[in-house]
Parts: sequence; C-alpha cells; structure tokens
Amino acid sequence: MSLATPSPSEQGAYRLEVNGRGHDVVDSWAGESLLYVLRNRLGYLGPKNACEQGECGSCSVLLDGRLVCACLVLAASAAGQEIVTVEGLADSEEELSDVQQAFIDHGAVQCGFCTPGLIVAVHDLLGRLPDPTELEVREAISGNLCRCTGYGRIFEAVEAVRRSRLEASS
Amino acid sequence: MAVFVPTSLEELLTARAERPGLDLVAGGTDLVVEVNFGRHRLEDVASLSRVPELGGWRREGPAGPGGHLVLGSGLTYTEMLDPTLAELLPSLAQAARTVGSPQIRNAGTLGGNLGTASPAGDTLPVLAALEAEVLLGSAAGTRLVPLGEFVTGPKRTALAPDEVILAARVPVARGHQEFLKVGTRNAMVIAVCSVALVLDEQARQVRVGLGSVGPVPIRALEAERFAAEVVDWSTGRFSGGEADLRRFGELVGAAARPIDDHRSIASYRRRAVEVCARRALERTMSRQAA
Repeated sequence: MSLATPSPSEQGAYRLEVNGRGHDVVDSWAGESLLYVLRNRLGYLGPKNACEQGECGSCSVLLDGRLVCACLVLAASAAGQEIVTVEGLADSEEELSDVQQAFIDHGAVQCGFCTPGLIVAVHDLLGRLPDPTELEVREAISGNLCRCTGYGRIFEAVEAVRRSRLEASS
Repeated sequence: MAVFVPTSLEELLTARAERPGLDLVAGGTDLVVEVNFGRHRLEDVASLSRVPELGGWRREGPAGPGGHLVLGSGLTYTEMLDPTLAELLPSLAQAARTVGSPQIRNAGTLGGNLGTASPAGDTLPVLAALEAEVLLGSAAGTRLVPLGEFVTGPKRTALAPDEVILAARVPVARGHQEFLKVGTRNAMVIAVCSVALVLDEQARQVRVGLGSVGPVPIRALEAERFAAEVVDWSTGRFSGGEADLRRFGELVGAAARPIDDHRSIASYRRRAVEVCARRALERTMSRQAA
C-alpha cells in the first residue's frame, strides 16, 4: 500500500454491495460501523441497533456468507465483500423466505425487535446444517437475544422449516 | 482519518512502519465496541481481514512431537473448531467454543485475543499451557516471543508500535487436553475463571494455564510438578486417588491471584479454579486409548 496514493476508503468514500446492489458511501467517518451505514446512510432498517457490542444479535447480517454482527464491522472494511441483510433473504422484495413465513405461522414474533437478526441466523444455520439437532439449534441462536417469546415458538418455527426443506429435497 | 484495507502482509507492514501505532482491527469484536461506546478515539486504522498471510494454520517440522503448529493471527474461533485442527489442539477448540456466540466466533480471531490481552481472554490460558510463542513481524523482520513475555499486564503486550501479530507457534504435544470455564451461562459469557490442562506424554509433563484469576495468564507450576507424579505415563491418564485430586486442586488454587470485580469475587474464583482443575485432571481418566 502506498500512502501517496490513498485507497478509496481513505477519503471516506467506498462502495458497499448489499443484497446484490451496489451503494456508494461518501463523506463517511472511519469509525462508522456497518450497522450504522446500513441503517443511517443506506436505509436498510432490517438490521436493528440495540447493544452495539455484539451481545444481542439483532444486527446480524451475512458478510461473504458468514454470520456476523454488523455493529462490530467497520463499514469501510466491508467494501468488496458481499453483504446480505434480512431484506435480501427472500427471492424477491414481494416475497417472504420460508423462515420468515414460518416465524409468522408459528407466532415466533412478539415485539419483533430481535426477529430480523434471528431470521438471518436461522437462514445461516439451515444453510450449513440442514438437519440440526435441538442442541445445534440452541447453539446457533445463542447470540440472538429475545426477551419476549421465551424461544419456544422460535424453536417450533425452525423445526417447521427443517422438516419442510428436508421433505422438499427427498 | 482513514480505514486501510491492505491485501498483502507487505502492504500492512509498510503501513505500520510509516504510521507507528496505526490501529489494527481484525474481527472488531473488541476494538469496534470501544469505538461504538466512545472509549477509543479512532485515528487511522488498518483492517487485517484481507491479508491472506495472516489466515489459516500450518504444520512446521515433524507431524508428531518435535513439530509445531503455526496458527495465523487471523484464525477465527470458528476455524479453531475445524475437526482437523480440533483433533490436534482439543483444548483450544474447547476454549473457542465457549467464546461469545456464532456471530462472535465467526469474526473474532486468535490474534485479536492476543492483542487485546484481556485477563479473561479465553485462548490465553490454553496458549500458556501449550507453551506457545507469539510470532511478531515488522518491516524490519520477525521475532518469536514466549507467551509469558508477550502478555506483560492486563491489556498490555510487548507488541511494538511498528509490529503486527503474525501467528502463535505451538509445539505439538501428544496427550490429553482439557479446557474448563466458569460463567453465568453457556453462551456470550466472559470467564469468571478458566483452566487449561495439557498432558505432554513425550516430556512427561502436565501443564496448567489459568485465566481470569490474575492480571495475566498464569502457569500453576507447583501443581504441574505434583500432577506429573500422579499420571500413569504408560497410559497418559491420571492414576491417583481422591486425595491427589484434592491436593492438585489446592496447588492450582494457591497459584491463582484473583481479584474482586463486577464479575465475581476473589474467594469464589480461587475455589472455582480448584474445582475446575481437579475435574480437568480427573477427565484424563476417560481418555480413549490412542
């Protein structure tokens, strides 16, 4: 890296690819988290802002296919990586993903604040492990805090998707 | 102020040489929290996530005893759970699985745990028990520093302003390994105390690393010497009795230097490391024949 020829992010400008769409970010401060940029600059309000320290999981997104907390990623460092938010999980903007539909069908939503992060985490889980054990499900969502549901209906929703995907593939 | 995203080690080391003290961020699970809460004023920062030389792990020298494993500083906790590596370093995998949540394990790195050097860093007692060395690099070259000299105090290290943590270098040991940690729940928990136990059948050593019970990771040397006498080295298993386990626990507890803080009190921590150490040694009895 030559400091005489600064990389784009050095001038506070960089390009993020979110849900397959490119966005130019300009005049940003280096310390802005990916969560801040997604919500406050680009209008993706799915990832929620709660703890800002990676404890609650409500800002969960996929970064190059890995489940991470957007609040802990420096936005400028995510340039060139593929970002998927809850808005990008279904096939189109008019549809819901099977996980989203199952959360509705099973009443796995109360206040709804943790829901987008949980949906992303469940997509990540079932993408990696199509037939998880109950313990694997619990571990997979252990970083997503829900203070309303007690998780019972969330487990039911995950189980429903697990079963329907396995049936569809057999 | 700027975010650099170097894509080679050379670029990274050049940047660090030209701007000594340049902030480094890997998974962001420590540094970005400090930034989000206004506790760290971010100036220039280099992201380590796109430097290929820092990722993965490799063998050095013979595959068995005498050889080493070189663990890149960019190795994530999730990657420490990879079955091939977990079989070679089970205590590291056990420790990695207790870190945070899937989100945190996908982002956080070994180098980050070393660089932050928190007394509660979960990999640090493991690296202490493994007798790891830390490989540091700068534009001027590299140096290997034993873990005990690298971590100089709570959140303080021997890293020079122009250096970067490249890797941890760990001798391959044949024998049982355990990691136990006490916290308030299974996930998302910072250790109240932790114990790593490593048997080295070649050297006939039992090595014990303690976390969260002192300003730096602690080796329980007297307890180690005692334990080496109550292991049957033909099987690599603990072969003593209840009184030996109790004595071992007492010696581990005596090595701890815990404090009272918002997570626990010193007396509980000392008691808890005793119990964890005892259980760790006892568990070597269940070791499968190699």
